[in-house]
Amino acid sequence: MADGFRKSYDGVAVAVPVTVPYRRYSINSAHWWIGRAVHEVVTRAGLTPSDIDGLSLSSFTVGPDTAIGLTQHLGLSPRWLDHIPLGGASGVVALRRAARAVQCGDADFIVCVAADTNHVDSFRNMLTTFSRFAQDAVYPYGSGGPNAGFALITRHYMNRYGATREDFGKICVAQRANSLHFPFALMKKPLSLEEYLSARPISDPIHLYDCVMPCAGAEAFLVCREDAARSLDLAAVHILGTIERHNAFPDDPIQFRGGWAMDIDELYAVAGITPEDVDFLQTYDDYPVICMMQIEDLGFCRKGEGAEFIRAHTLTADGSFPHNVSGGQLSVGQAGAAGGYLGLVEALRQLTGATLGAKVPEARVGLVSGFGMITYDRGLASGAVLLAEADR
Amino acid sequence: MTEPLKRPKRKDPLKKTREPLLPLKTRSRTALGLTAAAAEGRFALQVCANCGKVMYPPRDACPRCLSPRIPFQDVANGGALLAETTIRTSIDVYFRERMPWRVGVVKLDCGPSIVTHLHGDAREGERVKMEFKLDRSGQAVAIALPEKDTPNMADDPEWRELTCNPKFRRILVTDGRNAVGQAMAKALSDAQASIVFVGIADPWKPFPGEEALRKIGRVEIVPLDVTDSVSVDDIAGEIGGRVDIVINTAEHVRAGGIVERKGLTVAREEMDIRYFGLMRLAQAFGPMLRARGADGVNSAAAFVNLLSIHALMNLPAYGAFSATEAACLSASQSLRAELRPGGVKVVNMFFGPLETEWYQTMPPPKVTPAALANATVDALRRGLEDVFVGDIAEDIRARLAVNPKAVERELGS
Repeated sequence: MADGFRKSYDGVAVAVPVTVPYRRYSINSAHWWIGRAVHEVVTRAGLTPSDIDGLSLSSFTVGPDTAIGLTQHLGLSPRWLDHIPLGGASGVVALRRAARAVQCGDADFIVCVAADTNHVDSFRNMLTTFSRFAQDAVYPYGSGGPNAGFALITRHYMNRYGATREDFGKICVAQRANSLHFPFALMKKPLSLEEYLSARPISDPIHLYDCVMPCAGAEAFLVCREDAARSLDLAAVHILGTIERHNAFPDDPIQFRGGWAMDIDELYAVAGITPEDVDFLQTYDDYPVICMMQIEDLGFCRKGEGAEFIRAHTLTADGSFPHNVSGGQLSVGQAGAAGGYLGLVEALRQLTGATLGAKVPEARVGLVSGFGMITYDRGLASGAVLLAEADR
Repeated sequence: MTEPLKRPKRKDPLKKTREPLLPLKTRSRTALGLTAAAAEGRFALQVCANCGKVMYPPRDACPRCLSPRIPFQDVANGGALLAETTIRTSIDVYFRERMPWRVGVVKLDCGPSIVTHLHGDAREGERVKMEFKLDRSGQAVAIALPEKDTPNMADDPEWRELTCNPKFRRILVTDGRNAVGQAMAKALSDAQASIVFVGIADPWKPFPGEEALRKIGRVEIVPLDVTDSVSVDDIAGEIGGRVDIVINTAEHVRAGGIVERKGLTVAREEMDIRYFGLMRLAQAFGPMLRARGADGVNSAAAFVNLLSIHALMNLPAYGAFSATEAACLSASQSLRAELRPGGVKVVNMFFGPLETEWYQTMPPPKVTPAALANATVDALRRGLEDVFVGDIAEDIRARLAVNPKAVERELGS
C-alpha cells in the first residue's frame, strides 16, 4: 500500500518507442526483426551499440536461441540481461524489471525488445508445443487454438454478466476506427458493427473480427536514467506505478477475472491517482472479452458492469474513454510477443507527443495493461503500469 | 437428441478412400496415467496422498501442498458443463476434416475444471458424466456425456469417433467351430453389425452348433483356416477391403506344463494356431485395416484378441498354453503400434477359465462363451483396449498390481 512497501520509480525514464512495421508473413527470422528494432532504438537515441549495457528480450519464435544467444548475434556485451517469456504481459514486466535495474545502477541503457516472425505454418507449430498443459489437455480437443479457449471464457462471461456480441463489437469497431489513422496497422478497411455481427463464426461465440491476425513485427523501447535521457535530449515518460501477478484466483472454475483484481488498489495508491485521472487505457486485446475484463479489474467499473460501461462510452482516441488508440492487436495485428508491447509502445508515443496516428487530446496519464500465457484454460500472467508524461 | 445413424450405402469404388489422420499424440509421461485409465474404461485423476487435492491437467507436484505423492486413482465422474463452444475452424489436419466440433469446460464435482469433448446431448448448464476415451492416436481424451442416457446416444459422431461400435460395421470372426466363435457371431448380430463373416476351416466337416450358427441373421460363413497362410490370404483378398473389425476366436487349449507334457508336437500346434495364426491374420488384414481407418461411418476400427489371463502370469497346470498366450500378448503390443497410424485399436480381452470342455478340470467361477462375447461387444462399444472378463481374470489382475511375485508362487503351488 501507500505505506511504502513498494518504492517509487523516481529517476527512471522510458523513451524511444519503436515499432518495426508489421507484415502478415515474413520470410525473415525473429533475429532479423529483433536486430531491426534494437538498431532503431540505438540510432534514434543517439547511442552506439556499445552503450547498450542491458537487454530484455521477449520472443516465441527466436528458438532455439534465448536472450543470451542474441548478445553474440547482435554483438552486444550487456551487464544486465533478461528473457521474458510472458506473451501478452511481456511489455509491462520487461519495463518494471528494467526500471529497477536502471534505478539501482545495475545498467545504464536497457533496450527492451519483443519481436516475432510469422512464417507460413509457424503459428500451428507454436500451438502444438506451447505448453505441457496445452499439449496434454487442450490441443487434442479440436485444436481450435486460442480461439476455442477464449470462446469458452467469452461464452461463460456472457452467460454470467449479460454482455452481448454488440458490446464486444463496439470495442472492435472503435479499435478499427483508431487503426485507420495508424500507418503500421495491417487492417486498412473500416469495420461496421453490422459487418462485425455478420462475420463468419470461428468458435462460437467468437467470430472473425473477435480474433487477432498473427503476423510478424517488432516493438521496442529504451529504459535509462532521467538525467541520461535529458542529456540525450530524449522525450521520456515516467512510471507512476506497476503491478504484476501470475496464476491469480486458481480456484475460479473458469476465468472471469485476472490478476489485476488482486493488486489494483495498490497500483493507484502507489501512483497517488485514481481511475478518473487516467486519460487513456491500453488493454491487452487478444479477444474483446479480455478488454472488458480489464476495464473492470483495473477499476473503471465494478465486476460484471463492463458491458454497461462500454455502452455508456465512446472508445475512439477522441472519445469519452480512449481505448487502444492505435487500433490494438485486433486491428494492427498480433506479432507474437510484440503484441505484449504494442499497447505500451503506443502509450509512450502518446505521452511523448510522437504519435503516428490518432492522438488522444491532452494525454497526460496512460494506463497500460498486459495479459498472457493461456497454458491451459486461462491467461496466467497479468500486469499493469501507470505512465505519465515527463513534465508532470 | 442424437440423429440415428443411417446404414452406410455401398461405397463408390471410384471414390478416393480418405486417408487416416490422427489427432496430436504427444503427451507428457505423467499424462499417460490418463491413457492407462482410458484403456480400461476408468475415470482416474491424480489425487494428492498428502492433502487429498484432486488435480487436472496431470502434474508432478500437488498445486495445494507441493507434495510429489500424487498417484492416479478412480474419482467420481460427475460434473456440470459450465460453457461450450463449437469449433468451426481448426489448424489441425485431423480436426479440420471433422468440423464442426464441440468442446466445453466441465467443473468436476471432485474439484478441477476439465476442457473436454462433448457428446451432442451434453447441454450447457446441465449435469454431465465424464469419461476418458482413447482417441484415434491411442491417447486419452475426456468426453462429457449427458448424465442420463439419451436415445441413439451411441450414434453421436464425436462418441463414435472414440469407440469401435459394431453397429453397421462388417466383422470377421475367425473361427466359428468353437463355442466362443458362435457366441461372438450371435452377440455381434444382436449388436447390429452389417455382416458377420464367420471363418470355418474345412467347411465340409460338420461341427456342433453349425445349424444354429447358420441361422443367425447377417452371418456369412467363409472358408478360413488360420493355420494355412494361403487360406488366410485368400479370404483377405476376397473380403479384406470390407472388414472393419477382426475378432480372432481361434483357440487351442491343452493342459500340461513345460516338463510334464513331453515333446513339442502339441506346443507346435498351440503356436501354429494361436501365435502364427495371429501373425497370419495380422499380416493379411492389418494393412487393409490400417488404410481404412477414416473410411466413413463404417471405417476400420479394431482388431480383437481373446487372451487367457495367464498370458500375464503363467499357470503351470496349463504351462505351455500360458506361454503361447504370452507370445500372443507380446505380438498384440507390436500390432497395436503398427495399426495406430490408421487409428485402429487392438483390443485385448483377458479372460479366466471358460465354461467349455477344455477347462473341464478347472474349478469355478468360469466365464461362459456368451459372457465373453458380450464383454467383447461392450468393449467395442466403449472403445476399451484392455478388458478383464470374469472373476478369476479380475482377481489375477488385482493381485498382479500388488505383488506379481506372490502371484507366480501361488499359481505354481
